Amino acid sequence: MLSPQIIDLLIKGLIDTLHMVAVSGAIGTLIGLPIGVMLAVTGRGELLQNFAFNKVMGAVVNMTRSTPFIILVVAIIPFTRLIAGTSIGTSAAIVPLTVAAAPFIARVVENAVREVDRGLVEAAQAMGATPFQIIRKVLLPEALPGIVAGLTLSAVSLIGYSAMVGAVGGGGLGDLGIRYGYQRFLPEVMLAVVIVLIVLVQIVQSTGDLIARRVNKRNLKS
Amino acid sequence: MITLTNIRKTYAARGGGAPVHALADIDLTIGRGEVFGIIGRSGAGKSTLLRTVNLLESPSSGSVTVDGVEMTTLSAAELRQARHSIGMIFQHFNLLSSRTVFDNVALPLELAGMAKAEIGRTVEPLLDLVGLADKRNRYPAELSGGQKQRVGIARALASKPKVLLSDEATSALDPETTTQILHLLGDINRRLGLTIVLITHEIAVIKEICHKVAVMEGGLVIEQGPVFDIFAHPRHPTTRSFVDPVINRGIPDSLRDRLSPQPGLGSNPVLRITFTGEKATTPVISAISRQLNLDLNIWHGQIDEIQGAPFGTLVVEALGDTAKVDAAIALVKENNLGVEVLGHALPANH
Repeated sequence: MLSPQIIDLLIKGLIDTLHMVAVSGAIGTLIGLPIGVMLAVTGRGELLQNFAFNKVMGAVVNMTRSTPFIILVVAIIPFTRLIAGTSIGTSAAIVPLTVAAAPFIARVVENAVREVDRGLVEAAQAMGATPFQIIRKVLLPEALPGIVAGLTLSAVSLIGYSAMVGAVGGGGLGDLGIRYGYQRFLPEVMLAVVIVLIVLVQIVQSTGDLIARRVNKRNLKS
Repeated sequence: MITLTNIRKTYAARGGGAPVHALADIDLTIGRGEVFGIIGRSGAGKSTLLRTVNLLESPSSGSVTVDGVEMTTLSAAELRQARHSIGMIFQHFNLLSSRTVFDNVALPLELAGMAKAEIGRTVEPLLDLVGLADKRNRYPAELSGGQKQRVGIARALASKPKVLLSDEATSALDPETTTQILHLLGDINRRLGLTIVLITHEIAVIKEICHKVAVMEGGLVIEQGPVFDIFAHPRHPTTRSFVDPVINRGIPDSLRDRLSPQPGLGSNPVLRITFTGEKATTPVISAISRQLNLDLNIWHGQIDEIQGAPFGTLVVEALGDTAKVDAAIALVKENNLGVEVLGHALPANH
């Protein structure tokens, strides 16, 4: 069985993982949500059509998204040091996780907003709504189920990404699995890490699904 | 109330082809309190035309005035203000799925910055008006199509508009629900004096509630006027193709076979008498037979109601000599009824 020290390490790893995922997810949402909305409303034929903004912002988002995460972590070490004051440890790991999360969230939000029926925007325009009112009163509430589903997807991806930040001493469950389970040949630690991660992802996914269902009023039974 | 002058809408074709004229030189005047119908097949440009009224489509050239305000030169903020007095309802309702019935109707008021208590006072009577007071906390997904359109109507009326634009509002509904929604619109028109502009591809909608109608084809208005006149005397073939299925102006095929354009041996003239409006009740047939001693053999009769006014046609074979028939035609005309000689009926084969 697992020794008490290993159990302690598992708990600490879980807390570190939750910490990294929660903080990078929250900041990533703060940055990604408005970018996603802007990407959606500046597209061709949309509310605030703006090709220049759309193309430039789209390119920035794609650049980050097409860089493999492990490369991104190493490549932005100077930036990480600038923001976190260090390039090692859990706090430092939050920087690349956020940099990866924000564009991901931007794309899922963009998709959710684009899914909103064009007719609703037209109806709001006919009522004399300003573009900002349309975003706040129509697009965001109507896209909410899709946004919640997208954020859940992002959180699950972040849990996966967080396993890689061990490369910069980020800590967390993934790091524990690599250092103890793989490098020290402790298969039971590896198994325990995998089980905790599976349970964690299940909880995140189920909670996300539950919230998405709650906020979705589209398929109510009469 | 609404004047469209010389409206054109031209789209540049993709790939450098000839530009597409969605609307060409449209002139329409819609009076206050009128229910004005625009009918056409899909692609005729009626939807584009309707959207020029609240400038959801801005015309390439021409002028749009609503209640004395020239819409095409307004700033973005002024246009939003002007749109508060133009309600709009849609074929697919366009209700927010995330809002309850009450909150959907409240939306335009929230957008206009009305205080919460006042919103409540405005929305409640509207829900009563459309008969949905008991559904106020339901979501659109829980409603039938007709109920959704009632919400759409209440929402369009919330900002107390002077004009209501209806974009195929009944096209997604079954016939019975369509009738109910049209009655509601007619009722609103009468009670609130609201000017309604509706587009449809269903002539039955025009017949049911419109006072005036414009027929569109290929981006042009090909015919317009009071509904009664257009139904009684459609001039353009397209108009006729719309009107014929609901107003039987013709005669049955079996009778048409006996008609000849020229008089023949033993033939009798066949007349079509049209009764319009209150004259539909004139007892002209019995007057002819009494005063002129002329027998009329009734071939075919039909009476319809357009806009609550009766419209009838009667096809008769006049069994008498030319002098009597001419006198009969004169008598019909004296009574201000329409009459035309359709042809001459040859004696049936023996």
